[in-house]
Parts: sequence; structure tokens; C-alpha cells
Amino acid sequence: MRLFQKKKQKDLPSFWNHYSNQFKGKLPVNVNENKFVIFDTETTGFSFDKDRILSIGALKLINKSILVKESFEVYISQTHYDADSAEIHGILKKGRKECIAEVEALERFLSYIKNHVLVGHHVMFDVTMINEVLKRNGLPKLKNQTLDTGLLYKRTLLTATVLQKKEQYSLDDLAEKFSISKKDRHTALGDAYITVIALLAILDKLKPKNLSDLIKRQKPSKFGL
Amino acid sequence: MKNTISERVADFLKNFPPFNILEEGQLQRLSYEVSIVYKENNSIIFTENEAPHEYFYVVHKGAIALAKKDTTNILDICDEGDIFGLRPLMAKENYKLEAKAHEETILYAIPIKEFKPIALENKRVGDFLIESFASNTRNPYSLKHSGKLYGVSNSTDTNPESKLLDLQPVRYSTNLVTCTESTKIKVVANTMTINNVGCILVVKEGLPVGIITDRDIRNKIFTGLVPITGTAKEVMTSPVITYPKELTITQAQMAMMKSNISHLCLTEDGTPETPAVGILSKHDVMVAIGNNPAVLMRAIKRCNNTKRLRSIRHGVMNLLRGYLDENIPIELISKIISELNDATIKQVIKIVIKNMDAEPPVRFAWLTMGSQGRSEQLLNTDQDNAIIFEDVPKNRHKETTDYFLKLGAIITKELNTIGYEYCPAEMMASNPLWCHSLGEWKEVTTHWISNPGPDEVLLSSIFFDYNVTYGVKKLTDELSKHIFESVKKHPLFLTHLASGALQNPSPTGFFRDFLVEQDGAHKDFFDLKLRALMPLIDAARVLILSHSVKSINNTAERYKKLAELEPQNKEFYLACSYASKALLKFRTIQGLLHNDSGRFIALDKLNKEEKIKLKRTFKTIKEIQDLLQIRFQIKNILG
Repeated sequence: MRLFQKKKQKDLPSFWNHYSNQFKGKLPVNVNENKFVIFDTETTGFSFDKDRILSIGALKLINKSILVKESFEVYISQTHYDADSAEIHGILKKGRKECIAEVEALERFLSYIKNHVLVGHHVMFDVTMINEVLKRNGLPKLKNQTLDTGLLYKRTLLTATVLQKKEQYSLDDLAEKFSISKKDRHTALGDAYITVIALLAILDKLKPKNLSDLIKRQKPSKFGL
Repeated sequence: MKNTISERVADFLKNFPPFNILEEGQLQRLSYEVSIVYKENNSIIFTENEAPHEYFYVVHKGAIALAKKDTTNILDICDEGDIFGLRPLMAKENYKLEAKAHEETILYAIPIKEFKPIALENKRVGDFLIESFASNTRNPYSLKHSGKLYGVSNSTDTNPESKLLDLQPVRYSTNLVTCTESTKIKVVANTMTINNVGCILVVKEGLPVGIITDRDIRNKIFTGLVPITGTAKEVMTSPVITYPKELTITQAQMAMMKSNISHLCLTEDGTPETPAVGILSKHDVMVAIGNNPAVLMRAIKRCNNTKRLRSIRHGVMNLLRGYLDENIPIELISKIISELNDATIKQVIKIVIKNMDAEPPVRFAWLTMGSQGRSEQLLNTDQDNAIIFEDVPKNRHKETTDYFLKLGAIITKELNTIGYEYCPAEMMASNPLWCHSLGEWKEVTTHWISNPGPDEVLLSSIFFDYNVTYGVKKLTDELSKHIFESVKKHPLFLTHLASGALQNPSPTGFFRDFLVEQDGAHKDFFDLKLRALMPLIDAARVLILSHSVKSINNTAERYKKLAELEPQNKEFYLACSYASKALLKFRTIQGLLHNDSGRFIALDKLNKEEKIKLKRTFKTIKEIQDLLQIRFQIKNILG
């Protein structure tokens, strides 16, 4: 009677197995011993089923330092193209950037992020976008833990009932607050850079005890204060 | 070998020597190898005698202080674009100074392994390095020498300041104001007035031929020697005394004394045969010598960009440090430093208004609130400010408000540039809640006074310490009058304000020990502001408001005034006045020690004497809280 026998695993490509095997170990407890991958995607729009990723940019933060040459930047060739959003990200359908296929970008991205914590501004959007790509390629979802600088930033603000907090803070708001240059805004890697600097400033303010404390801090506090 | 970030790094580096003389390919290669390092305020990059890192550093944002270990004597502040920590790497020796983040800082760490071949391969880079090491300046090619290259001949420990003074290159003005020989005297005088300078250079075919100073105008025109209708040629002093731009402070002083002049003209090679690159005035020398409030004040008032103001503020902090070292009474110190702070903010506002597209549509006043309003802000803390402007007809209200909100936003941004943190609770003039017309402010304050909930009490206690830093005082006088009248109509407000003042528990616990913070980032620290200063400040505000006394904002002075108004409590109020001064001094010293706001104190770092001093003030705090309790019958509303 093997009622609870697991569904047989589909044959997954080796790059996925390699990625997924890294989650067997635990992440370091100390925040600074962790590697963070700060990433951003530029997409043709905001619809998860219709729109496509045009580029992914990512940086690795190790002990408060970023190695420029270890940054990640790919442009993806897509058939779906939306002229409206091109005005924002400036990526032309037949742009000059060298483009690669979606599945290759995915493979490279997974081997780059490993089991590190993923950080983004409103990160769930980018994670969901990537998960859609994974799904289209017959793969499971991302397994990494995530941090959202939008939520964390809100926790750094003073709390008094009189002070109306905004519902959401945009990346531009943060760039302004922490005087980060908005050059390269709306390129995936440029936005990732703004996000990482904001993250560093936020960490300095929040001073989390350890990684799980930091992840917990994204949730609004219990007492509304 | 290129990505968006390495391009960004290259874009920044190419503005600063020696990177500006690299070939494009070299710069790209180098930028790709850079690490971007974030340093929190006060974190150490390297310490004295530490073995050299694999990198040297360029400040991308923020500031780094270089100092001998365990002294407060900062030898140099590295600002954006400055290089530090290179020489020990080239010489393969240990660091000679300690480098510490003076504020939140982002550094570009450049691996020496990649840089060295470039320095060897590109002769101009090599020359730059040799020259900068030899001439003792951080950057011999830049027009403004901003300091010394780190790690040079500071090995003698005795009194580094006086030693340095002799070697320090001067900072001179590169903003040359010139005219030709045929320029009319009236035009000359006008040009000097507009540019706010004491001297003008007369040039012919690009070369300096004469100089006209205020003194020339006084001596030659007002004495009738030259008619007012004359030309520059007739009043100028000629030939010009020129010097090379690599001049140290001492050399400059000597040169001025020798020729009995107040301005030196600096040219490319030091002779009048090359174009002028700058003017050095006696004033510049004075500024370099530095820590004198009058000199700093003039420097602030002459400043026309906020970036320069930021570096003047380093001077103000040094002055503060010196005063405290010499144990000058805190009352005097806070008066001087507050004046300098005040002048700085005024200057920022002036600069911003000048750069706005349009003049302010109506008259207005810039209010500073909180500690700055009380003239108790010695360290850079965060901003609390507001705008009040004249009432306008309804149809113009929106555009007027929009103008002042925009003005407020730019001013707060510039204040941030020079080192004032943003207020985390957004109590700043850029916030629509803190930027109103006089009429609106009357409504707002009436609302606070007639509906005193906890928020209203909090807001009004921040607001009521306002002080006019810029603009028309009449507006706030009228507002103050209105506030006193409203308070008389709603006496209950004072009770609430008093109860607000009692929110902060008194500083000692059951065993007469310090109450320390229980959790959060400051666990086990004593919160000097919340537990000791605030109760005194809040109490003084309520009491002074209950006597309808306006325009005394400083807490110590408020208690002095109260001692006059209530002779029966004279001794007690004087004790409060003393306690608030002692605590302020305590906080300032702690803040300077740790380069922060001085708010949280690690008790285990205090010595016995300091602890006793602190505890002595606690008794007074307890008593003032008791007094409020009884006088305003707090129990009635707490029940």
C-alpha cells in the first residue's frame, strides 16, 4: 500500500537539478555572511501571461561590497513586443544589444543566483515574471528566499498615526531619499544598482539581528505602530 | 568586458585625476575590476599599521576621515573623487593613518594589481603619482588642492596640526573676476559688487597686467587722485605680484606680509607671462588657518554653492571640538555654533531662491523647529522646518502653495547635501502639512489647541519651539499672538501638553540605576535624549507657554526666565537650567566622540565621574515632573 508515494519526478534538465540541489544546505545566519542577489527585469508590460522579459540585470552583494565584474546582464530576444513600454525601458525590438534565447538566459540566471537571497524592488513582480518563464519551459518555480526593498523601506520610516505613509514607495522615491543617481534608470542592471544602494542604507537603519529577522521585518508590525 | 555598472563607474572616475588621463580602453578595463564598497557611518576602512589591502580607494559618495589612531584630530577629509590609501600600496608599507567613514559612504575599491601595470604603462599616470607623492598634495593637477595625499611624512606625532599648516597647500578662488585696462571705474566697482569680491584682475591679451582692490578704489578715487570717470588702467596696481599655484599656506602668508598686499595672483608658472589661474586673498589664508568663528561666518556668507558649504561645516565641527576641549561654557558655545548654523541655513535658502525660476510670490518666513529652533543643536541632527507665507486671495492660493512647496523641497534637499539628515517623520517644509499660509497656520494651531489628542500634543510640542531663520518675522509674531490667545481660551490644552511632557519616564529606575533601552538596535544603551533632555525641554515649554512668554526658545534660558517670574521657585528653576546645559554638553561631547547625534550612550563606556554627573541631573528631572503633575493636575485627565 503505497498511497502516499510521491509523484514521479519529471525528467528535469541538468541545469535545474544543479540549481535545486543547492537548496539542501542552510544559508548563513549572519546577514553579512550571506550573498544577496539584487535583480531587476525589464518587461514588455505588466501582464504575467501576455508580457515577456526583455532583459535581466543582477548584482551580487557580498559583505557590503559589490564586484563589478560579477554582475549579470542579459538581453533576451522576444517575439512579443509592445511599442508603448519601449518608451520606458528603451529596448528596441531589433536593438543593438546582443540578445539571447529565453531559455539560455534562464539557465545563466539560475547558475548565477544559486541559493542566495533574491532582492528586488517590489520583488514579487520580477519573481513571478521569471516563474512564468520557468513554467513555459516546463520547470518548477524559483526556490530562493526573497527580500523586497519596497516593504523594508516602509519599516525604516517613523511610525506615528499622524504621519500618513504612502501605500507604496517607488524606486524613484528611494533613489531620491538616498540621493542615488538616477542615471541608467530603467535598464535592468541600473535599477538593480539603485536597489542595492537603497538596500544597504536600509540595512544600516534596520540593523537586523540575523537573516531570518531581516526576512521577518518585511511584514508590517503587529501593533500597527 | 563592459556592462551598465562598469560604464557607470568609468563615467564617474573619468572626472577625477589620474583617471581623467587614462586612455578609454584602460579606464574601461579598470572599471570592470572595481568593487563597490558600502561603509556605514563610523566604520573603519583600515587602521594604523594594518597591512595594506589589495585595493586603494576612491570616494564615490560621502566622506572619509583620515586620522591618527585614537585621536580626534582629523588630518584630512576625503570627499567625492578623492583617492586615499594608494601610497602604502605602491611603497609596500603598512598604513600610517586610520581611515574611517565620516558619514555613510560608498567607495570604489580599485585593485592595485590592475592599476599598477596601467600606471607603469601610461607615463602621464606615473608622473601624476610621482608628483603627487613628492608635492605632498593629494592632487597636484587639480586647481583646488583639497588636501594632502594620504600617508605622507606625518610620522612625527607631536602637534600634527601646526606641522601640517606649513605644508598645506592653499585653497584659492578659481573664479576669476577680470576687466580690461579700458574698463570704466564705475563698471569695475559694479562688477566687484555683483561678484562680492574685494579685488579684480586687469588682463591684457589673457595675461595679468594689473590688479584693483578695494583699497585702490579708496586710496585713488575717494582721495580725488583719479576722477570717477577714469578707467581701470588709472587705478590699478601694476605690475601684478604673481606666484606659482603650488603655494603653501605659510608661503602665502609670507608673500602677503613681504609686499604688504592682501591679494596674490596665481599664474600657471608663477610669472606674469602665463595666464592667471586664481586669486588668493588674505581671507582665503584665514579660512585655511581655519577655526575662527568670524572667518567661518564670512566664509559661509560668501559661499555661493552648497557643496562648498558642506566643507565649511567640517570647520564648524572642528571649532566645536576645540571649544569643548578647552572647556568653554556651553552657553557661549551653543550661541556661537547656533549662529553659524543659522547663517548656514540662511545662505542655503538664499542660494536656492537665487536659482529658482521666479521670485517668491509673497513674503514668507522659514521656521526651524525642534532643537534648532531652541538653539540647542550643536551636532548635525535631522531637519525640522516649516514655511509660513502671507495670505493670498483664494484664486491664487494653489499656485502660491505650489511655489513654496517646491521651494521647501529644494531647500530641504540642499540642507541634506550639507549634512542635515532628512526628518524621518517628514516634518519638513517640503511636506504639505508643514507649508501653510498664515491663515492656515492659525487654523492648524487652533485645531491642535482645541482638540489636544496625543498627536496634536506631539505636533505642537515640535512646532512651538519655532524660530525664524529666514524671511519676515512679522508673520510669526502674529502667529505667536494667535497661539497665546487660543491657549488662554482653551486652558485644558496646557494640561494635555504637560501630560505629554510626562510621557517620557524619568531616567532612574527602582534601584537608582539607569534605565536602559530594552530592545531594538539600541539595546542596553541609555537614551539621553528621550529620558533626560526631553523631559526638561518639554516641561520648560509648557511652563513658559503658561506664562505667555514668547521668543525665548532655548531651554536653559526658559528656566532662567521662569526663575525670574516665580521667585519662590528660583533655586529650583536655576537647577533645571543648569541640568539642561550639563546634559546638552554631555550629549555634544558624546556625539563628537562617536560622530553621531550623541543620543544613545553606552553606559559601560562612561567613567565613574561622568555617571555621577549624569545622575545628579536626574533628581532635578524627577522634581520638574512632579511639579508639572501637581500644577496642571494631570491626574484628572489620566483617570
